[in-house]
Amino acid sequence: MKLLTLNFLTCAIKTCKSSPASFPLHPRDAELEVVEADLNLAFLKNILPRLMWDELRVIASELGLPALPETPPSKADLSIPSPTAPAPATTLQLDPEAIDAPENPPVVESDVEEETPSQTAVDLHRILLETCITEGKLVCGNCGHEYAVKEGVANFLLPGHLV
Amino acid sequence: MLPTPSTSHVCFDRVYEPAEDSFLLLDTISAASETAFLHNRFSQASSSTPPLILEVGVGSGVVLAFVAGNARNILGRNDALTLGTDINRFACQAASETVHKATKDHGPSVFLDIVNGDLASSIREQSVDVFIFNPPYVPAKLPDFSHHDNYNAVPTGHKSTSFEQDSYLLELSYAGGEEGMVVTNRMLGQLPRILNCVRGVAYLLLCAQNKPEEVKQRIRNWGTGWMAETVGRSGKTAGWEKLHIVRIWKEPSP
Ligand SMILES: C[S@@+](CC[C@H](N)C(=O)[O-])C[C@H]1O[C@@H](n2cnc3c(N)ncnc32)[C@H](O)[C@@H]1O
Ligand SMILES: [Zn+2]
Repeated sequence: MKLLTLNFLTCAIKTCKSSPASFPLHPRDAELEVVEADLNLAFLKNILPRLMWDELRVIASELGLPALPETPPSKADLSIPSPTAPAPATTLQLDPEAIDAPENPPVVESDVEEETPSQTAVDLHRILLETCITEGKLVCGNCGHEYAVKEGVANFLLPGHLV
Repeated sequence: MLPTPSTSHVCFDRVYEPAEDSFLLLDTISAASETAFLHNRFSQASSSTPPLILEVGVGSGVVLAFVAGNARNILGRNDALTLGTDINRFACQAASETVHKATKDHGPSVFLDIVNGDLASSIREQSVDVFIFNPPYVPAKLPDFSHHDNYNAVPTGHKSTSFEQDSYLLELSYAGGEEGMVVTNRMLGQLPRILNCVRGVAYLLLCAQNKPEEVKQRIRNWGTGWMAETVGRSGKTAGWEKLHIVRIWKEPSP
């Protein structure tokens, strides 16, 4: 299970829902595996406001991962600035066909997709989406209930008396 | 027609096989009227924050994989998150593979995980933007849950599941108790807690015996702004729509 998933999970026990300590769940005795995945830079930039950063830092430190910075990175921290600003104006004027094709304006926006992820982005991607808990437990900080993770699947089913 | 995910790796002896209900969900969510609604709510222009899609009871994963693999068409963006749950651990493993396959090459969405749990009881409040549930909706006695832990894994010392075990796991996928509504009613009880109160939207499948009109009215009575409308239907027999997809959402207060 991916660490980013923990951003959306809480203790399944009803009476824990109102307690802030039931989030995040704390990994214990966790075995980790890195599973490489494509880096989606647009996603990383946009997810920043949804991340519970302090909680994520706690999880990373509990897992013995390299410490995350105290404050979340900014969008700008995630990409390497493009080396040259596009300056197509002159070429445009020299290209007679461009005048007849106003519906094909010079490509300016597409460089958004070609941005290069920074080391910060690579590290964040590694923590959120490539570092997986394969075996271990997730423990509620409020009631202490332990949820088992086996073969990467977390089990949140409760014994009858807790439902 | 958007591509339907492959489920050829799934063993349908113990995991629900995609059927008319599953396909009605796919057709409804990808119909022009629904994608227009969803684009309006979720496209990059309306908010830069990636939406979280949660499917409860993923079974083979066909529905979640479809939305994950076609997120660009359905939601108008490439960065949605997908998460699933199922009470059946074998379904969790199967669905995980189905969604992974549908999203792995330059995926138009980001697949999180499938967790083994009861409905959405482990999901953080207010976190779900698009919720999908094709419940066990058949009016039939609920299975006896007392052996669930034993039936939810290959028995120790055995190579495969037993026949009783498979029957139990399949019963979980269709048996909905009285009026077929026992599991769905429990889910509806959790929905306002997990659904984002501003942009959250839910798709719920019901059959005629579930009394969809009454269910919708109950949802509207949750409070101001709550809406419930049928947005997909199939299997018309003698004037009765057999299956309904109900969209549940909240309109901002004026
Ligand atoms: C009708 S099947 C739908 C499967 C799949 N979503 C589809 O459309 O093909 C219902 C699914 O809900 C699951 N389920 C039943 N009760 C559940 C519960 N309490 N919590 C989570 N999942 C449940 C079943 O295991 C089954 O996979
Ligand atoms: Zn707890």
